[in-house]
Amino acid sequence: MQTDSSLLRNSALAQPIFHLFLLVGIVMAAILLLVTVLVLYASFRYRHSATGEIPQQEFGRTSLEILWTAGPVVILIFIFGATIHAMRESDPGFAAKQQPDLVIVAHQWWWEARYLESGVIAANEIHLPVGKRLFVRLESADVIHDWWVPQLGRKMDAVPGHPNFLWLEADSPGFYSGTCAEYCGAEHAWMRIGVIADAEPTFERWVQHQLEVPSPLPAGSDAVQGAELFQQMTCGNCHAIAGSSAKGRIGPDLTHIGSRLTLAAGRFQNTTANLASWLANPQAIKPDSHMPNFQLTDPQVRQLTAYLETLQ
Amino acid sequence: MSDVPYMPQIPAAGERVGATVDYEKNGLLGWIATVDHKRIGILYLLTSLVFFGVGGIEALLMRIQLARPDNDFLSPGSYNQIFTMHGTTMIFLVAMPGLTGMANYLVPLMIGARDVAFPRLNAFSFWLLAFGGLFLYFSFIAGGAPAAGWFSYAPLSEQPYSSTTGVDYYAIGLFVLGMGSIAAAINLIVTIAGFRAVGLTIRRLPLFVWMVLVTQVLILLALPALNASLSMLLIDRLMNGHFFVTDSGGSALLWQHFFWAFGHPEVYIVVLPAFGIISEVIPVFSRKVIYGYEFVAASTVAIAVLSFLVWAHHMFAVGLGHSIDVVFAIGSMLIAVPTGVKIFNWIATMWGGSIRFTTSMLFATGFLVMFTIGGLSGISFAAFPIDWQVTDTYYLVAHIHYVLFGGTVFAIFAGVYYWFPKMSGRMLSERVGKIHFWLMLVGFNMTFMVQHFMGLMGMPRRVFTYPDLPGWAALNMTSTIGAVIMGIAVAIFLWNLIVSFVAGEPAGNNPWDAWTLEWATTSPPPAHNFDLLPPVRSRRPLWDLAHPENPDWEHGH
Repeated sequence: MQTDSSLLRNSALAQPIFHLFLLVGIVMAAILLLVTVLVLYASFRYRHSATGEIPQQEFGRTSLEILWTAGPVVILIFIFGATIHAMRESDPGFAAKQQPDLVIVAHQWWWEARYLESGVIAANEIHLPVGKRLFVRLESADVIHDWWVPQLGRKMDAVPGHPNFLWLEADSPGFYSGTCAEYCGAEHAWMRIGVIADAEPTFERWVQHQLEVPSPLPAGSDAVQGAELFQQMTCGNCHAIAGSSAKGRIGPDLTHIGSRLTLAAGRFQNTTANLASWLANPQAIKPDSHMPNFQLTDPQVRQLTAYLETLQ
Repeated sequence: MSDVPYMPQIPAAGERVGATVDYEKNGLLGWIATVDHKRIGILYLLTSLVFFGVGGIEALLMRIQLARPDNDFLSPGSYNQIFTMHGTTMIFLVAMPGLTGMANYLVPLMIGARDVAFPRLNAFSFWLLAFGGLFLYFSFIAGGAPAAGWFSYAPLSEQPYSSTTGVDYYAIGLFVLGMGSIAAAINLIVTIAGFRAVGLTIRRLPLFVWMVLVTQVLILLALPALNASLSMLLIDRLMNGHFFVTDSGGSALLWQHFFWAFGHPEVYIVVLPAFGIISEVIPVFSRKVIYGYEFVAASTVAIAVLSFLVWAHHMFAVGLGHSIDVVFAIGSMLIAVPTGVKIFNWIATMWGGSIRFTTSMLFATGFLVMFTIGGLSGISFAAFPIDWQVTDTYYLVAHIHYVLFGGTVFAIFAGVYYWFPKMSGRMLSERVGKIHFWLMLVGFNMTFMVQHFMGLMGMPRRVFTYPDLPGWAALNMTSTIGAVIMGIAVAIFLWNLIVSFVAGEPAGNNPWDAWTLEWATTSPPPAHNFDLLPPVRSRRPLWDLAHPENPDWEHGH
């Protein structure tokens, strides 16, 4: 089941934050309970009565002032200690010249992931090997975005001109949903993240598959015409497909678009009908996104869809 | 027995202040041309009320759009303009003018002055607000309102990513409002420093005046930082500057440092005067003197000082590094201490009192608990690994609304029910007021309590729609229904204001049997405020008058 809850932890990096939240939450709940009980007690116990007596005028007592100054200080020192502990556990340090395993580049409104060792370039769906901690460099191609997959730990801003670093780890296989958490313009809502954690062998198979160049298309099919259209319609100015002349890096790499779960950064499921409606008019699906409406005819949409679906 | 004279016996001993001939005109011109602090105060309050309606409608539009997943009631472009204008409006055109209006009306009365120090400057400040607000809203018909959020993070707010004129209107509009706020701050500081009644020493100032004074110092130090940043943003946008344009060597984080250097003190600018209102309302309706006056006043100063040292707690997720995060976490946690001191002193004031639950007192009591919730969730942000999870989510939206609505707005409601009789000469309906309070309390918690859970479940803020993930739809629908209830409560409040203004019960000079100087004149007061002032020998001159057998000054207060 897809869920986003930061209350469900599936990473050794998310666990310490959850424990800190529980601790702070319990302390805060206790203080809230104390204040509420005092306010309610005073409200009922000291309600105005008909006797009209003037209450005793108390101007204050220094001992009480010291109590409710020092008490919170002690509680805060305790929380501060727990904060430092959680900081170290959830966001471990790294060597100054440590090379990242993965570079994630945030764009308006999608995510690009480059695996430095293998050379794989993915979009929006990021695959991880279970139990292995990856060191990530986070960049932005335009405005400030924010990487947030609640179940895997902290969020981190992707700031243009200011690369950030974080660790990424999933403890069990599964699909972890996340989102851009810093308002980044019109389609901020549809800049979702999918992290797919697999056992090491499955992950390796995925890497090998991603490195494959699409095989030649059967002659005479819709897909062949779609491939021609792709080149004619200048799609390659923004998108890249390995083994073709399309080398654009403005939009997502489409070499394996057919095998992705969703389209347009989590906007909807990757089905034939959804892909066709996206191609027919992206601005109706995701208004103000940077993919223009190419005014394609129905046959053109069909051919392009057929072509893109061969890119498994 | 002391020989201190008091008003009914020895009028000649009272200080005669100002001329008794009122030169103010009536009618529309009288209001437009006025330099009377009371009329200007009311103009501020009415402006705040109008924009509260506008900002509230914007909030309802957002909640309708978010009522169910994948809704298309608003386009992303419209939604983003509306949420930007909602935040900007509520901070700059509702909270600030609402509190400035209260201060404008009340400070001269509470310190026994005839008017503020610079009445014409006062009028100028108000008109800067009025035209600044109109200018900001003119953006809607000039090609689109700003859509980069109320804190307009660069580079999203820069020309390449915000190409309509919206952000220009935002920058110039806020610049104008900032000038008005700075002028008003100077005016109030000079007034409080130099125009107090004889005997009204700084240690006898009503706490509302104390907190207004501290707030004006904050405004004087913080607003220039905003205006300087806005100027730089405008230079970038209109003259191809490079302060915050990352593509040409500018810094995106510089804007955040500049903005929050203003922005965090700003939180206290709109919270401290609310504390002041609560510090007046709770003692009067508990029939007890404020508990720990010195501690309530000193904790205000402590908060003001700390508020300049915590700005980067808005930036825990931008990657400043652990050492910087730790420093700002310490400052942020420390703010909880003076805030807690206030809460406990207010409760101690109620303790052993004889509490009259008027609508004003109900809102003040509601404030105590609602603001505590906002303050406590604030501590969870200061424990910054939690911030790394929940910042920029609905958990944060819930937090700011518990502080600024459950705190500031509840306090303003308490203040309006308390001082409306003074301003209008008529009482607000208590029966209608109580309906207003209970509907508001239920609607408010229904809207915002669930938003904590939405945030913890992964819903980011500032999204025009959301996928149908488990639980999200139900929580959002609950929140929307709560918002509608709040809308109804506000409508009831407006109705109460109008009907009571026309046909409310006459208030008399001092309907609450209160103790500060504003109640020592007629309701509404004459243009010159007072014919005579009672002697001020303590913090509660009217208590001393009413209780010659047990005056405060005998206790050294």
